[in-house]
Amino acid sequence: MSKIKNNKTDENKEGASGFIILFFVAGLVLSLVVGWIVFPELLYSQKEQPVNFNHALHLEEVDDGCESCHFFREDGSFSGVPKLAQCVDCHEEAQGENPDEIIFVEEYVAKDKDVPWLIYSKQPDCVFFSHAAHVKGAEMECSTCHGHIGESESSKIYEENRITGYSRDIWGKNIGGFKKNTWDRMKMDDCAECHKKITDKATSVQTKKDACFVCHK
Amino acid sequence: MKIDRRSFLSLVAGGAAGTALSPLPWKLIDDSSIWTQNWPWTPVPTDGESNYVDSVCTLCPGGCGISVRKIDNRVVKIEGKKDHPVNNGGICILGLAGLQLLYSPSRIKSPLKRTGKRGEGKWKEISWNQAVSEITEKLSQLREKNIPETLACISGSAQGVESNLFKRFLEAFGSQNFMSVPSIQNSYDMTIELMHGAKGSVGFDFENTDFLLSFGSGILDGWGSPAHMFKANSGWKTNKSKMVQVESRLSKTAAKADKWIPINPGTEGILALGLGHVIIKKSLHNKDFVNNFSSDFNQFKKDVIDRYTPDKVADITGVDKSVIINLAKEFAGASKPLAICGRGQGDIPGSLKEFGAVHALNALMGSINSKGGMFIMPEQNYIQWDEVKADAISSAGMKKDRVDEAGSVKFPHSKSLLNRLSGIINSSKESPVQALFVTGANPLYTMSDTGQARKSFDKIPFIASFSSFMDETAHQADLILPNHIFLERYEDVPTPPGFAVPSIFLAKPVIEPVFNTKHSGDAIIKIAKTLGGSIGESFPWTCYENCLKKTLGDKWGTLLNQGVWMDKNFKPSTWANAFGESSTQFYFVPKSADPFSGPDLINAEGDQKSYPQILISYDSMRLANGFIADPPFVIKTVSDTVLKGKDIFVELNPDTARELGLHEGDYANLSTLKAKVKVRVHIFNGIKPGVIAMPTGLGHTAYDKYLAEKGINYNKLIGSVEDPVSGLDAAWGIRAKLAKA
Repeated sequence: MSKIKNNKTDENKEGASGFIILFFVAGLVLSLVVGWIVFPELLYSQKEQPVNFNHALHLEEVDDGCESCHFFREDGSFSGVPKLAQCVDCHEEAQGENPDEIIFVEEYVAKDKDVPWLIYSKQPDCVFFSHAAHVKGAEMECSTCHGHIGESESSKIYEENRITGYSRDIWGKNIGGFKKNTWDRMKMDDCAECHKKITDKATSVQTKKDACFVCHK
Repeated sequence: MKIDRRSFLSLVAGGAAGTALSPLPWKLIDDSSIWTQNWPWTPVPTDGESNYVDSVCTLCPGGCGISVRKIDNRVVKIEGKKDHPVNNGGICILGLAGLQLLYSPSRIKSPLKRTGKRGEGKWKEISWNQAVSEITEKLSQLREKNIPETLACISGSAQGVESNLFKRFLEAFGSQNFMSVPSIQNSYDMTIELMHGAKGSVGFDFENTDFLLSFGSGILDGWGSPAHMFKANSGWKTNKSKMVQVESRLSKTAAKADKWIPINPGTEGILALGLGHVIIKKSLHNKDFVNNFSSDFNQFKKDVIDRYTPDKVADITGVDKSVIINLAKEFAGASKPLAICGRGQGDIPGSLKEFGAVHALNALMGSINSKGGMFIMPEQNYIQWDEVKADAISSAGMKKDRVDEAGSVKFPHSKSLLNRLSGIINSSKESPVQALFVTGANPLYTMSDTGQARKSFDKIPFIASFSSFMDETAHQADLILPNHIFLERYEDVPTPPGFAVPSIFLAKPVIEPVFNTKHSGDAIIKIAKTLGGSIGESFPWTCYENCLKKTLGDKWGTLLNQGVWMDKNFKPSTWANAFGESSTQFYFVPKSADPFSGPDLINAEGDQKSYPQILISYDSMRLANGFIADPPFVIKTVSDTVLKGKDIFVELNPDTARELGLHEGDYANLSTLKAKVKVRVHIFNGIKPGVIAMPTGLGHTAYDKYLAEKGINYNKLIGSVEDPVSGLDAAWGIRAKLAKA
């Protein structure tokens, strides 16, 4: 009796453990699906730029590359996204029949209102960053951090993090944080990666001990 | 298949493992940390292009150049302008925090008409057109009744185009009653008039003096042009010039001086005469000046030799005889000695005898119109306008005497005596002032005996304030026509007090007006034009800017571009040409009104028995005490031995504290003839026994929560004491009683 009973118990145990593993796997798969696929969908809301902008088209028209519109001011500070006043230099009136340009002229130029552009690379105010040090000093290409946005023909969807309010481009499109290109992410680690590399070649105070306050105000 | 507890736990374990292998927890941790650093209420300045606009700070008459930093069109910082002749990059704490005044919650955002009872704080916003028609209606009634002289104006200054537009308006209207807020400049001007027989103002060659003797002047506490004085002080330290401070309290100035001479309060003038005694007796004076350019040295000599012996002076002043003699020798031994006076920041004009005595000390050493001494500068005369157009009513009004009796037989040398106004109104059955304009001034805070002042204002049927802020006076007004603040407007700034080169500075707008305010110069022109007739004709200008431009004439271009016009060729007259037009004599003892014949001392009000102590005030750079009050940043810098919470501290010598049974931080009742208040006690070795010192600039009842009800207003406790010659306020303190609460 006791033997039979024991056998039964073993069988039961085997069946039960397989069953338990199944539950474990189910939990694992489900949470992986949630973590990798559902979560990013929920985390980001999708917004469209107020005006659809064609970088490629503009880049053909200007002489000075990116700096024609995203220029350095006399004091060395970086102007960032152009203000209406700059656009008006060319677009006081619509130059063609492009519907995007017409929206821009009617909604913003005519009303003398700045376009509330959504800035993909906007960082929190508590971080100090100098474009001049990187572009002028270290002679870096814009695309190293910003990618080939200059070649884009239309504005991509702006994905806003519902918690932080910042663009998805800072963390990177890949929710796991994996990147292929230098411009795929703009987190502190990505700054550090480059700064570590050049420490031997150039002065990079940011990687020295107690250097937090070089960037973090 | 049975889902039991174990399988459920397994599912959870699998879920946990899966979650840990997904980016979810790590991403959420990162996001929440960013979220906590970016609260929506954390101010984030908007980015933009930085640029600077240069102007002049007009928060005090100091005339400092400022560079205002802007991001796009937003003003973000005020800095001292480099290479400016007054402040050369320096700036005081008030100027630095001046930006807070621009967006202050106390600013008046549109013209206001009172709807409740006076002082109740109920207002209705009205348009500028309505405000102007309200005011002209009231004024027309005065002219209909043939009493234009009952219109009076209290102005923060008597100089500059804006103040003169108000003065001109009163003249065209038919009233002489333009009053300006007095200061030591009035006493200095009068001293020059009496002792030199010529009109002028004083400049001090601080940069070149090698011995500065200050009779209580708060050189580092806001006297004269504050940032200029700070620069001068740095210069003395570098050049090893000496600075001696005579003062009854160890002020910041006294602490930084080479020598501090504690003195009984109110006796500074006597010490000056005592020094004169020693200098003359030891024959240390400048013989060239005294013998060739003064007419009455012998009489003066007799006076000081007989009446101001070191023993007697030591007795009155509490300064040791040996200290007096040594100080006199040191002063006379310096190659370029200079003596100055005017207590604290110089807000109280003071005793003319004291000014005369200190000026005589400079004269004895020949420190007049000489390098390192004081310069007598011609009256500024760039405001040259055509005569006011008069009609029958205004001519009749202008023949009536001034309410304050300035310029009368009693006070022939004074131009305005604001300190006499409330007494006169309160003793009249019907107020001789039926309508009052208040511009650039806050008399209900700054006038001595604020209780009396308030009573007198209650008797004035109509008060219009031109203040930018809801200050104590605006609060009691019937109509408020708010002015732009200093960053929003043009303003000419005449030679700052004590500055030794005749100059004009131009303040210009650095930002478009933030609220629905109007330049008071424009407001008064508009009122004149609306009244029309000869009054309107007296104002031929289209607007204030047009008036300013025409008044400054060929200087306008320079001022607009550089902000500074200076008479670079100015050289003080030689002694032979310095005194009077008809005579070439300096009067040690003025003929027309001898300040020396009067009593030695201005007494503090109150009897010694009821009020055994003496209350004096002290001024501080951290406490603006005039028309402009402390913005929040500045009040935050006040030490908690001066103000803690809402409690004000008075300074008391440890000996006196022991006598009164008071300890550090104790509450005490402080009473004078004028008021009784509750204070706290700060024990301080740097003050004479029997003397209580209270800071000025606190105790506002108006303004915002950052300032109102903090501490006590010193002016509430003190009364004005008229100087027998000038009629100006000469009070240096008041008798008081301090008792444990």
